[in-house]
Amino acid sequence: MGPLLVGNGAGFSGDRLDAAEPVVRTLIARGGPAAMTFETLAERTLALGVLARETNPDAGHEPALVPLLRPVLGLCLSAGIPIVGNFGAANPRGAAAAIARLAGELGLGTPRIAVVEGDDVRDVLDDPRIVWEGSARPARPIIAANAYLGAFPIAAALRAGAAIVVTGRIADPALALGPLIAHFGWNEHDLDALAVGTLAGHLLECGAQVTGGYFGDPGVKDVPAPEAIGFPIAEVAADGAITVTKADTPGGLVDRRTVTEQILYEVHDPAAYLTPDVTLDITGVTVAETAPDTVVVRGARGHARPPTLKATVSTEGGFLGEGEISYAGPNALARARLAATTLRARVGALPVRLRIDLLGLQAVLDSDEGARGGPLAPDGEVRVRLAALAEDRATAEAAAREVLSLYCCGPAGGGGVRTAVTRRVATTSALVPRDLVAPRIAMVSP
Amino acid sequence: MITVPLHAIAHARTGDKGNRLNVVVIAHHPDVWPVLTEQVTEARIAALFAHRRPTAVRRYLLPNLHALNLVIDDVLEGGVNAALNLDGHGKTLSFLVLTLPVVVPAEALAAVRATLDARAHRP
Repeated sequence: MGPLLVGNGAGFSGDRLDAAEPVVRTLIARGGPAAMTFETLAERTLALGVLARETNPDAGHEPALVPLLRPVLGLCLSAGIPIVGNFGAANPRGAAAAIARLAGELGLGTPRIAVVEGDDVRDVLDDPRIVWEGSARPARPIIAANAYLGAFPIAAALRAGAAIVVTGRIADPALALGPLIAHFGWNEHDLDALAVGTLAGHLLECGAQVTGGYFGDPGVKDVPAPEAIGFPIAEVAADGAITVTKADTPGGLVDRRTVTEQILYEVHDPAAYLTPDVTLDITGVTVAETAPDTVVVRGARGHARPPTLKATVSTEGGFLGEGEISYAGPNALARARLAATTLRARVGALPVRLRIDLLGLQAVLDSDEGARGGPLAPDGEVRVRLAALAEDRATAEAAAREVLSLYCCGPAGGGGVRTAVTRRVATTSALVPRDLVAPRIAMVSP
Repeated sequence: MITVPLHAIAHARTGDKGNRLNVVVIAHHPDVWPVLTEQVTEARIAALFAHRRPTAVRRYLLPNLHALNLVIDDVLEGGVNAALNLDGHGKTLSFLVLTLPVVVPAEALAAVRATLDARAHRP
């Protein structure tokens, strides 16, 4: 069996919308079997989707789904490159419907779209076998509870002919592992193979973080054309070699350093990275630069998967009130500190958790073009930031309002006030017995 | 021997899960790997983060990669969904770790600088 190329077109919700097309064009130019993945679902994102769906039944999936897929949907369908993404978030069927509409609009017919469901575990949270982080179920109302599913449902959907697979909560590396399982025919006992696929998925799941994104440190770690970073492509071979490269764009780089930083990103014990499909051991992994922007990773080992599935549980988290105000010029730092003590006296009586920062050294004296308008601190600039977490919106607004009122009541020369109040979602995790979770796939079109 | 910030010989990236932070620290050159293993210790990292009151610091060595993984518990003030800090993920904390002073043999430091120069002039 020859290798599979797996590309990534997004590493988080909010990623560059023009990243995917060069990846797909590079996959097509290289030829051979390939798949595209999109990772857009952070811990809290799914709960925000649940809240969005409360007011609009069609919402709850990745808000940028259509702009993400519009540039690549036709290219992938005509080249036979399946698309796998967790952009279904809290509404995979809604996402599938949006993709079907986009295909119609673009004259692409009716592509075969599958959804992976069963990650929602809100109905089983009373089971006494569930182990809660911090040992107790949260007291606040639960908004969402979703188990991280594994890669086999994705593989089954692809083998059933899906051109697009839409998931909700799923282990991020599974987005790549699913197509690899479908390509190579691995089963759940092929632990070292599943480990290789999981490591490939882990390297891809944050998009540009393995190709020079989140890496630049001028004079130490320079990145070519950071405004046009090529997103990653991993070629996974039957012998377990993972060759990491990037889309053919002028920007970014792949070298030992970018790959090593990402191998250990969000890892705790490197001998036991827990996923739904396998326990990944990276202690024997080696990296080798074999050509420009080409790194070969070998040596992933797999051990038995954990007996439980991790679930992220989101609860109401109160309301965060924030306000900022700037002071500049002579005695700026002293006036900023006076503002801070004034705010503490005013807000301290409210039932909030309070933090006050003195941000930065220079901002408001500069021109739009960045020309310096004055000296650095202490006679430069300081921005005072208040953050107050309250149970209710009104209290959070009252705290933020104290920053606004510094315009007329605070120290001399304060300016540039911004305030905001945001609803917060808190998250915790729970370990759920596998028999309580029933992943399933459905072909929703045609 | 020369005292430099860790930033002079290594690079780093943070990740977060809940209230737990991990920081991977990677040697720029194999010759400074012993400096990392001997001087970037759990005790020194705990001291560096003392203001955040860590409950545990564990260090994992990955000699193949000339990297070590620091796992620091309960320093994110609740984590991204609970912290009042602007940087609730703790993403900027990799550069706090890179302020740690280390003592480096002059030859090893020269080897790092040669490596960085070579990378900077990559075609």
